[in-house]
Amino acid sequence: MTTDWPKVRLHVVTGKGGTGKSTVAAALALALATEGKNVLLCEVEGRQGIARMFDVDPLPYEERRLTTGLPREGGRGGTVHALHVDPEAALLEYLAMYYRLGRAGRALDRFGVIEFATTIAPGVRDVLLTGKVFEAVERNSRNKGAVQYDAVVLDAPPTGRIVQFLNVSNELAGLARVGPIRSQADTMMTLFRSPRTAVHLVTVLEEMPVQETTDGIAELHAVDLPVGGVVVNRVRPQDLSAEQLAGVAPGTVTRDLLAVGVTAGPDLVEGLVHVGQEHAQRRALEDRQRALVAALDVPSYELPRLTQGGDLAALHELAGLLREQGMA
Amino acid sequence: MSGPTDAVAALAGVAHLDVDALLDDRGIGIIVCCGSGGVGKTTTSAALALRAAERGRKVVVLTIDPARRLAQAMGIESLDNTPRPVAGADEAAGGHLDAMMLDMKRTFDEVVESQASPEKARQILENPFYVALSSSFAGTQEYMAMEKLGQIQRDAQRDGTYDLVVVDTPPSRSALDFLDAPERLSSFLDGRFIRLMLAPARGPARLMTAGLGIITGALTKILGAQVLRDLQTFVAAIDTVFGGFRQRAMATYALLQDDRTAFLVVAAPEPDALREAAYFVDRLSSDRMPLAGLVVNRASEQPEGDLSGDAAYAAAERLRDGDPDGAVTAGLLRLYADQQRLVEREARLRSRFAAAHPTVATAVVPALPSDVHDLDGLRRVGELIAR
Repeated sequence: MTTDWPKVRLHVVTGKGGTGKSTVAAALALALATEGKNVLLCEVEGRQGIARMFDVDPLPYEERRLTTGLPREGGRGGTVHALHVDPEAALLEYLAMYYRLGRAGRALDRFGVIEFATTIAPGVRDVLLTGKVFEAVERNSRNKGAVQYDAVVLDAPPTGRIVQFLNVSNELAGLARVGPIRSQADTMMTLFRSPRTAVHLVTVLEEMPVQETTDGIAELHAVDLPVGGVVVNRVRPQDLSAEQLAGVAPGTVTRDLLAVGVTAGPDLVEGLVHVGQEHAQRRALEDRQRALVAALDVPSYELPRLTQGGDLAALHELAGLLREQGMA
Repeated sequence: MSGPTDAVAALAGVAHLDVDALLDDRGIGIIVCCGSGGVGKTTTSAALALRAAERGRKVVVLTIDPARRLAQAMGIESLDNTPRPVAGADEAAGGHLDAMMLDMKRTFDEVVESQASPEKARQILENPFYVALSSSFAGTQEYMAMEKLGQIQRDAQRDGTYDLVVVDTPPSRSALDFLDAPERLSSFLDGRFIRLMLAPARGPARLMTAGLGIITGALTKILGAQVLRDLQTFVAAIDTVFGGFRQRAMATYALLQDDRTAFLVVAAPEPDALREAAYFVDRLSSDRMPLAGLVVNRASEQPEGDLSGDAAYAAAERLRDGDPDGAVTAGLLRLYADQQRLVEREARLRSRFAAAHPTVATAVVPALPSDVHDLDGLRRVGELIAR
């Protein structure tokens, strides 16, 4: 069973706001968690989106077992863990781990330095957030008692900020030319630029999101960050062709409905015809955007528009579709 | 028939947002559109501005990152931070429309330039901390949108150029960024940490307390000594410029609270967007900011006819099983059923919002079948918002 990303350990999922990137990240984590595999799903923007999607209590800053992955046929699911990365907690942990700053750490907090470093000092916040993710990916057997992950899925900031977010060395350039933070950032960049990382972009088939995806890919290429696939979300049903939609005749609709015992008034027939026309119009627009996505020359995956809310069953359905298409 | 359900009925009591009354109200000088990313805020702002102008107001719209073709149509592709007249707006009613694409960094630079001597300004603009702060500090964008709003408002009052400013807000990480940005930026620049950093630059050795020693020691360890020196230089320079920064931020904040300002919260009928909208509404009310209402974009429209979603799915199944010629009708039934389901789902989400915020007047804008990239499209959106 091959997938398009066999070497990738860190899947970064970005996308324009409102395209459903968190849902896709969650579905991807489920799809990657096959039998015997441990997958970590991380969020870094303090929204508790994972907790809401999986209907669990708000996540603390610690790795938690979240759910069971989507099993392959005849197999069992692996384990999906979740982590909500909080920059302030990450900084204190970082200080404790690398500098053993007992008293000074507390003094830093008292003087507002922790707040300064995590919300204001440009770049430092992102180094801390990505640093925690980096640690989870690079963890090995020397770290006793901690779970080792086969894959880490990062629900990342939106497309407009993704390059800045991942390009941590550059963000620090000019600020920290030398020093420990700098070397930390450089080590992380080595992972982010390697084939073990893939940055996937989520879009819908509308003009702005597709444009932003195109721009995002160019920006990622420009700084040597590895572009993964494009996940096209909320695709409309395609069981009718453009010709079929164009040829809808009210008379035929009335007759077909009667054949299955539905006596249709003119309102319903008109409603059906109208729904078909609007659908044809939107499908034509989607097709134009789909052609643009195809021209991007990266693997793409399509997920349907779901009409019933984003519950767990829906996430599993999406995970299955991603796996069928080879993303996981 | 289960058709339009309880959720739809529950929405009947929601107050309707009268957009034209808002646009025509000469007592309103500022309309701020806020909401989470991807809900159509920019299009909504532009459409409202165009409609107001064509109803006789003298309008300027500050937009942030509009779609390229829309920016072209409005004649604002270049980021020069100056309002430009929008060609093609109907001025028969005596109004006119200017538009401007906001350049946050430029706005910040202008504030520095207006406050410091050229020499000092150059020093600040070149400092790496300034560069990073002005382009990537969370909240800078949001703050600068408000700063520019304040400037334009002051100029407009002095010169009588505009009687309505419509402002789009940047897509924030969260609603907090936008409302807290002025406070956050000013508390940063006036903050304790900055005072500490300034202490050695100002000389008196007695300020070198034990606490500070630990801090600078720790920072040197983490960031390196050179970073600390840059930071101290930056802080010393910016301090003289932004001496009264807090005052400035407070003035902007007061402008937002003024009765002449109206906030519109923009959302899409999605759980996340409505949750964010609910949060905005709560924050605006606790900060005593005047909320005019909620605009729900991209709503699915109730299809005509009285077949329920479930009945339509069932009929589609029967058709598929029975008659190969019925594929088209079966496909239509499925689309119809999908749409019924979406309408019901959106109604449930909106009624949940309405139950928690019963007094918020709401305008529901149907999803357009195509993207908006010209004035005709904006006009059409304006009509739909004002329905």
